[in-house]
Amino acid sequence: MSLKRVGNQTVVFAKPPVILSSYSIVGPKEGQGPLGKTFDKVWKDALNGEKSWEVAESKMLQEAMNGAINQASVPKEQIDFMLAGDLLNQIISSNFAARQMALPFIGLYGACSTMALGIAVGSMLIDGGFAQKVLVGVSSHHDTAERQYRLPTEQGAQRAMSAQWTVTGAGSVLLGSDGAGPRVTSATIGRVIDFAVKDVNNMGAAMAPAVADTILNHFHDRQLRPVDYNLIASGDLGAVGLALACELLKQSGMNMGTNFTDCGVMIYDESQDTHSGASGCGCSSVVLAGDILQRIKAGKLKRVMLVGSGALHSPTSALQGESIPGIGHAVVIEG
Amino acid sequence: MADQTQKKPLLSVTAEKYQTLIKQYTPKPTIIKNVVRAFIVGGIICSIGQIFINLFSSFGLARVEASTAATATMIFLGALLTGLGVYDEIGKFGGAGSIVPVTGFANSIVAPAMEFKREGYVMGVGAKLFTVAGPVLVYGITTSIVVGFVYFLLH
Repeated sequence: MSLKRVGNQTVVFAKPPVILSSYSIVGPKEGQGPLGKTFDKVWKDALNGEKSWEVAESKMLQEAMNGAINQASVPKEQIDFMLAGDLLNQIISSNFAARQMALPFIGLYGACSTMALGIAVGSMLIDGGFAQKVLVGVSSHHDTAERQYRLPTEQGAQRAMSAQWTVTGAGSVLLGSDGAGPRVTSATIGRVIDFAVKDVNNMGAAMAPAVADTILNHFHDRQLRPVDYNLIASGDLGAVGLALACELLKQSGMNMGTNFTDCGVMIYDESQDTHSGASGCGCSSVVLAGDILQRIKAGKLKRVMLVGSGALHSPTSALQGESIPGIGHAVVIEG
Repeated sequence: MADQTQKKPLLSVTAEKYQTLIKQYTPKPTIIKNVVRAFIVGGIICSIGQIFINLFSSFGLARVEASTAATATMIFLGALLTGLGVYDEIGKFGGAGSIVPVTGFANSIVAPAMEFKREGYVMGVGAKLFTVAGPVLVYGITTSIVVGFVYFLLH
């Protein structure tokens, strides 16, 4: 058997797993954004009648995962593993959703990169022969993130121009070993890169080097160039982080061309006043489960790379003066 | 087959050089706009406070009592607007103009109280009430004690 590991950090799947279905739910602000019509469901308010933001987020994740199962019309018993993650301490949104889903559960934490990480790990489980169907889901919620990482939600404070807005959203995909749909052909697992950024209001800048490093390694490992992809989307670098990642890659001899964008830039428009764009696990997951997969299925995109970007700090580490370690995980999806 | 001898591509920018890139690409804070807005919003809040002082004075309260009553009224209004979900919008627009007056202080107490009520009245509201205002209280009170002591010694 030939090794599926290629180059330094990449895996290429022998029998690429299929994305059987996908489902996305977002909050009202995301629903009003430019991608509003691409989501399966838009909540009218971010609490959705629950007693806390945390319960609302967990229910949202659960609903997204059930949505993906229903769309594929696959009996729940056939799902071998559930992979999920979120931003809250001890990934409670995922744990509590898993309590209801009653599936063998692997909790993941890759901060905002968790969707790409989940798809990469899920695909490895399938192509490795350990599973036939794997359900992947992640969530984030603006208000749960605000109160954990920043200030109480009703506090009257101004946000920095480089700050990003955490997406209220949950996205899920169901991966299968056989069937019709877009396929996950390869994945590049990122290294933790820390370029000594300490500003928690400039997370894009903290994550950009990790994303750039993963992109550089992916193309090196696969012997490909950016033009070989119709779309390369980073997870949630925002406008500032995207510009920095472009510059870092350019100075490292890689011109990304015009197909390089960022889910955090796509999901809101200028008038929504989010400053640098969006962030959160939900961001890349709903853009992938909505817009990107729809465009792949419509034949408008042939080969897409999603580079989930994560800032691996905590409020405690930031207060203690530690810099923000970043990570980027890439998955390649082909129509 | 994974080739361990393959050279690893590295970013050609060092962490040190990256700091200058960050400065170059990060948008500058809109200081002039913020200052003008803070001046207007802060001015309006203080004018409203003055209106209450004059009003209470016209009811026959002495100057000091009238300003105490006006302060209490402004604290109530700040708390009310926080509860109605309006004060964070004012704060977003007005910045320091709505943080510095006493209404901003009310906001920084009521916002955590609302936020952490879900964790209960003891470990939620009780423990987290001063998460925002705490530092202001600690250092504000300490400073006033020191200044008061110096004042006492000088006189």
